[in-house]
Amino acid sequence: MPVLQYREAIRQALSEELTRDPNVVVLGEEVGQFHGAYKVTEGLLAKFGPKRIVDTPISEAGFIGMGVGASMLGVRPVIELMFWSFYSVAFDQILNNAANVRYMSGGQINCPIVIRGPANGGTNVGATHSHTPENVLANHPGIKVVVPATPYDAKGLLKSAIRDNDPVMFLENTMLYGDRGEVPEDDYLIPLGKADVKRAGTDLTIVSYGRAVIQSLAVANLIEQEHGKSVEVVDLRSIRPLDIDTVLASVRKTHRVLVVEEQKPFCGVGAQLAYMIQSEAFDELDGPVARLCTIDSPSIYSPPVEVEQLPNTERILKAALEALG
Amino acid sequence: MVRIRRFEERSLRAYQAKKIGGFLHLYIGQEAVAVGCCSLMGKDDHVITAYRDHGHAIAVGMELNPLMAELYGKATGCSKGKGGSMHFFDPSRNYWGGHGIVGGQVPLGAGLAYGLKYKGLKGACMTFMGDGAVNQGAVHESYNLAALWDLPVIFVIENNGYSMGTSQARSSAGDLARRAEGYHMAWGQCEGHDVYEVRACMAHFLEEARKNSKPAVVEIRTYRYRGHSVADPDNTYRAKAEIEEYRRTKDPIQVFQSILLAEKVLNAALIEKIDAEARAEADVSADFAEASPFPTAADLQKDVYWEADNPSERKSGGRLFFN
Repeated sequence: MPVLQYREAIRQALSEELTRDPNVVVLGEEVGQFHGAYKVTEGLLAKFGPKRIVDTPISEAGFIGMGVGASMLGVRPVIELMFWSFYSVAFDQILNNAANVRYMSGGQINCPIVIRGPANGGTNVGATHSHTPENVLANHPGIKVVVPATPYDAKGLLKSAIRDNDPVMFLENTMLYGDRGEVPEDDYLIPLGKADVKRAGTDLTIVSYGRAVIQSLAVANLIEQEHGKSVEVVDLRSIRPLDIDTVLASVRKTHRVLVVEEQKPFCGVGAQLAYMIQSEAFDELDGPVARLCTIDSPSIYSPPVEVEQLPNTERILKAALEALG
Repeated sequence: MVRIRRFEERSLRAYQAKKIGGFLHLYIGQEAVAVGCCSLMGKDDHVITAYRDHGHAIAVGMELNPLMAELYGKATGCSKGKGGSMHFFDPSRNYWGGHGIVGGQVPLGAGLAYGLKYKGLKGACMTFMGDGAVNQGAVHESYNLAALWDLPVIFVIENNGYSMGTSQARSSAGDLARRAEGYHMAWGQCEGHDVYEVRACMAHFLEEARKNSKPAVVEIRTYRYRGHSVADPDNTYRAKAEIEEYRRTKDPIQVFQSILLAEKVLNAALIEKIDAEARAEADVSADFAEASPFPTAADLQKDVYWEADNPSERKSGGRLFFN
């Protein structure tokens, strides 16, 4: 099976969907001539031409709102945000228009739009460029939120997102763009809302998504080797819809849970998970649901301290050992 | 125009009787703008507007019953009682709302035009906004995109003189439509009390949009007789005499009537008949709304996700709702 980078897997998904459906159009800052700020869209302009690969001005509210409007007519815009952090200047278009237009029209209008781009810290770009808004987005009914951790998942999930008739927010990670993994060349889809048990285990469940999954897998291996404990890692892949059943099945097996997320803790995805786990599997728990998040301050620039602020293998290891009791 | 006015007067009575909740932004005084513009629509043309949206909805041909029912919050409303006064929709008539955030609909209007052009479809999109919207960033971003990409969109500024309680002089620098020059976009302006003048002005820009995919900004000067919404006090920022003066000299229905009377198209009996029919139609819509059922709590989570409403075609797993 071919081995691709995460960015290449996303590119392959875009390319396949652009080929399959003439209504799919890729828009964003520097996606064409510049080949994408992170080279995700490299080569697509030459292959599909300027009608399908559209360089936009720096005007997120304008082109995201425009994409929402076009989607109401059946166009399927896939809009790249150079950083998800820039969603704040298009907040109204995403959360009032994309999320609400179906509801407010009594179901008469669809908004089949995908907004994708990186949402992560760890690259020393400071507080304005390091937001992780999956919790904010998922708080809005009408929106779907996807956070892939591997090249294989990124391709299959993005293809599903592009074919989805609801607005899908697709959160990638610059720290993963160079990661490699096996990616089939064929036309496979991964449904949204299906978690993936990335590693089977019996003593502790780590629930995670995005880059924190990769870190959690490393920690799980370490714990197995050095502490003889067996850790299961559940990758949510999709925040909304949420596959809580896979999480609960794992909890019923291990009876201990640690949520690891690259999020500030307050009102984060982990808070919702902890609520649902205690609510639906209280008797299965041998201890409180544990959480490991980004340390609760604006994202720091200082490179070594940013490593400390984010989930990292040392912090995850410590939290996992505590959760193991 | 008469049907719009009688509908809104009837809705005002219902609002005062507490049959209608929330805000009610009445269009009374501005009718010639929506009617003049929408009367130019061909089957390929599209309309989107802001929250003062009753006039446009009626002008594109929506029936009064589902509109009044929407105001009453009833399941028979055009948006099933989920949108309310500010969020009327009818995509079957190319009417894309009805949007509550000032200026927020303007990028959508550019997007409808982009969609027409992308799909190789005919037509243009009239994107209405109030004079209060022109200072929003999203409006300027839309101007730039429309001009940059030659989108078939007319940005129509319905300038009624006041953004809520703040006059144009206190909120906007320069001429509103002339800002289009900064984007090398065509622009125009006209008086909005005369439906003929509105049509003459808009027809030119619509043709340019349809035939040559050229966008434009058009300012149509008009006036509203009621407050920003009927819940607002209307005595802090303008004099009653100002309203009376406009009503006496520029009321769009009176102006149109006097032209048609002079041309002997209308006579007193016909005016009375049109008025009586409009009042009766508005009353019927109120009766319809009154008799209609409210949506239920079970409807809350319908029309949120396409997938949830089409379970046999659902591809995703997991929970979509969290209660």
